Amino acid sequence: MNFFADAIRWLADPEQWTGSYALPVLLGQHLLYTVVSVLIAVVIAVPTGWLIGHTGRGREIAVAVSGAARAVPSFGLLILLVLLFGVLQVPAAALVTFVLLAIPSLLAGAYSGIEAIDRRVLDAARAVGMTPWQVFWKVEFRLGLPLLIGGLRAATLQVIATVTIAAYVNLGGLGWPIIQGIPLRRFDEVLAGAILVAVLALVVDLLFAVAQRAAVPAGVRAVAT
Amino acid sequence: MTWIGANLGLILDLTAVHLWQSVVALVLGVILSVPLGRLAWRYRLVRGPLILLTGLLYTIPSLALLILLPAVLGYSAISETNLVVALTVYAVAILVRAVADGLDSVDDDVRRAATAMGYGSARRFWTVELPLAGPVILAGVRVTAMSTIALATVGTLIGVTNLGYLFTNGLDRRLIEEVFAGVAAVVVLAVLVDALLVLAGRLLMPWQRAATGRGRAARTPAEEVSA
Repeated sequence: MNFFADAIRWLADPEQWTGSYALPVLLGQHLLYTVVSVLIAVVIAVPTGWLIGHTGRGREIAVAVSGAARAVPSFGLLILLVLLFGVLQVPAAALVTFVLLAIPSLLAGAYSGIEAIDRRVLDAARAVGMTPWQVFWKVEFRLGLPLLIGGLRAATLQVIATVTIAAYVNLGGLGWPIIQGIPLRRFDEVLAGAILVAVLALVVDLLFAVAQRAAVPAGVRAVAT
Repeated sequence: MTWIGANLGLILDLTAVHLWQSVVALVLGVILSVPLGRLAWRYRLVRGPLILLTGLLYTIPSLALLILLPAVLGYSAISETNLVVALTVYAVAILVRAVADGLDSVDDDVRRAATAMGYGSARRFWTVELPLAGPVILAGVRVTAMSTIALATVGTLIGVTNLGYLFTNGLDRRLIEEVFAGVAAVVVLAVLVDALLVLAGRLLMPWQRAATGRGRAARTPAEEVSA
């Protein structure tokens, strides 16, 4: 437990809280990259996923994309794009990497949310005279929301993990103390960074878990319990 | 293609090391997950906390887990053991669920029939329940194999050599070809291992193809996301 005491001491040191590598700055960078790239991925993947779920067309493509994405090493993709974009364009290359990594989970969450809906529910919605747009907005969107949030949760955590690694290409973020500390064998700093990254991921995961639960419509919840 | 041609030996050596690290983690993951998954399936009280705990470990980003595990368990962070332990933890997180889901998918009538024929709980588990849960477990193993092989590359950041070395070395030397070779080797390795797993599944579970119409050989995308 000695290591942890050292890490806590490192975290408490005022030196860590000022300057361009201050912990709040690193946290801000981490969150900014995560939020921006996930939002861009949402804009691309969610409407596409809804369209696939609604029409049932292109399902095989969505399944293939989310399956193949698992085999791609995120760290390798990041470095490949950094070299392709040129070393001066690191933030842009990193952002593209994060967006690409976030897309498969979001796509799967959006289309499977709609696909999982009982066909009879949709028939009922049409039978009571809902327009296609109303069927989508009042039925498909609401019922698919928990799974969409599940996809958002997986995508966000994937991006948080990759932003951590991206400290290796000088992107900043909470991975920085880890990446910087390892070659210098400063284990208090490395462990402190790891603790912060883990806490960030766990807090974000918890928030999404709560949101996912809250997104289940009251009627569905009443039936389920 | 000049770099790849000149360094084919290096790529193959790194691929072999990479495969070894991934396979050890995968095998350990399966060995640990079968009893844990059975425990989770049998006792509802164990299932919740166990799935929660493995889920939380799975949530921790790889680079952080590679530092936290050795700090908690007291071994060196810069070692192959550390990487394999971390990969095993991730594998267990996915597989415990797959084993419990697989056992859920076994028809209760079949279970009762085995009991009626005089099978004890252990014999019933190994000869009836586990084989019938096989297709669902295999689907989990395939997902785990893919993500383990991709994830192992992060090991290079803590000084463990495998295909990830081609990424860091390629960046240092500004060699796109080297990094590309690394990514391609990882993907090819993952696809090959996946194909072997499918083949092994067909050989070990010949009833699988006949039953795919009504069985749950794979998770539906909806389950995949909520997992």
